[in-house]
Amino acid sequence: MKFPFNRDTRRRWIDLTMSIAAFVCVVIAIIPLGSILIEASIRGLQSLSPAVLTSTTGQGGIGNAIQGTLILILLSALVSLPVGILTGIYLAEFGKNRLGAAVRFFVEVMTQIPSMVVGIFVYSLVLELGLIGLGSPRLVFSTISGVLALSTIMVPFVARTSEEALRLVSIAVRESALALGIPRYRTILRVVVPSASSALVTGSLLGIARVAGETAPLLVTAFGNNDWFRGVDQPIESLPHTIYIWATGPYVAQNQAAWGVSLVLVLMMLGLSIASRVVIRLRSVSR
Amino acid sequence: MALKLHVESLSAWYGEKLAIQDITMDVEDHMVTAVIGPSGCGKSTLIRCLNRMHETIPKARVEGKVLLQGEDIYAASPVSVRRRIGMVFQKANPFPTMSIYDNVAAGLRLNGVRNRDELDKAVLESLKQAALWDEVKDSLDKSGASLSGGQQQRLCIARALAVKPEVLLMDEPCSALDPIATAKIEDLIFDLKKDFTLVVVTHNMQQAARVSETTAFMYLGKLIEVNNTRELFERPREALTESYITGRFG
Repeated sequence: MKFPFNRDTRRRWIDLTMSIAAFVCVVIAIIPLGSILIEASIRGLQSLSPAVLTSTTGQGGIGNAIQGTLILILLSALVSLPVGILTGIYLAEFGKNRLGAAVRFFVEVMTQIPSMVVGIFVYSLVLELGLIGLGSPRLVFSTISGVLALSTIMVPFVARTSEEALRLVSIAVRESALALGIPRYRTILRVVVPSASSALVTGSLLGIARVAGETAPLLVTAFGNNDWFRGVDQPIESLPHTIYIWATGPYVAQNQAAWGVSLVLVLMMLGLSIASRVVIRLRSVSR
Repeated sequence: MALKLHVESLSAWYGEKLAIQDITMDVEDHMVTAVIGPSGCGKSTLIRCLNRMHETIPKARVEGKVLLQGEDIYAASPVSVRRRIGMVFQKANPFPTMSIYDNVAAGLRLNGVRNRDELDKAVLESLKQAALWDEVKDSLDKSGASLSGGQQQRLCIARALAVKPEVLLMDEPCSALDPIATAKIEDLIFDLKKDFTLVVVTHNMQQAARVSETTAFMYLGKLIEVNNTRELFERPREALTESYITGRFG
């Protein structure tokens, strides 16, 4: 029996075309990612040395920027993760009412606010508070206001990803815990939250990664500092800030060095992400 | 016969929608009571009202009384009711992040039991009661999700038994299982009535006939007939029951 050029043949051609198209799109998507990594590695490695990593920007190194970024991330995470995750828990578990809808709306809007606006907002907030005697106008350029700015960006982000993570836990899991006579708060804390833990960790890390690369709000808050960390009430250096200053500076050597700083920032994020995956794997029970 | 549960004029709503209407029935101690009826007739709603799980759904509402040995469960705290009246669901749903041991121990642990010996003993006993011990005794630290569907359902039964309820409600416990796994659960139901009182919802009439002493037939949210299982299947009093069990509808 002979088959004419029928729908079946057509279907196979479309299938092949679409597969190729999808593959091409993947390649297009990977090109910028790959080229950033490769470019940063090739150019960055040349300008990195133990001396660079351990000296301050004042001495031509980036040690204080690494230290500053770590401090900013750590403090912002300490503020944002509890607030963000608890907000997420509220929205997912108790937010089926008007207050919940309002909170969800504001969280949504806050994630859309440009980070520069957040920077200016924190700048004026700290300044105004300082002028009426709460704190000091001097704190405008300090670790504290840097952390405030980063947290303002991070809290809504973490709240949203946490809410989504918790919603993925099936109702059946909640019901079977409640049916065991476990009170609701313990069901949430000991059953629902652990069930969503890997998604919560991923969301938190994305939140950290989101703010770790922020430059704009830090320009008007953390400001930058050519020396090591000198206290939370003092300006602080950070990697994105160093990249910004060096990459736009007039000296070719600094432009070169900015690649090294970029590489360090990328590797830090990569390390963070790998570490979290290891933690999740160790925590989950064997199959 | 000792009376375990007495349901009186029980009605339940989902928002405006009336799901079960004015149900009055008794559940005997150490017996299996089956609830049968076509899909959507309110069987699941009925047993979810028996341990106050119905009200966990937003806008759901209950009226009427459920007496557990003479005590109105709607006058007690839902948490304490659910410790005395356990529940197994249609789909096996072990806690995904917990090991087999932790799944069974969860009910006790999350209610504050810390003593390791007590937990070990409860886990061993419950897994044996659920006829799962021999299959999992060497892999208690493995994930509950690693078990087969039938084993997962028995794990859920063990988990419910570990808190030592007096009554165990089962909402179509076999509907997602193959015939062999179903047979195991049915054997288990037979054994469990020594220690517990069971109420089993099923849409499988043969299953009701095999496992239960009493059968209740529901239709469109109403309890049509409740009787000794044999009587109900052989000499139904209501015409509606007869046409359902002879397969004329449903």
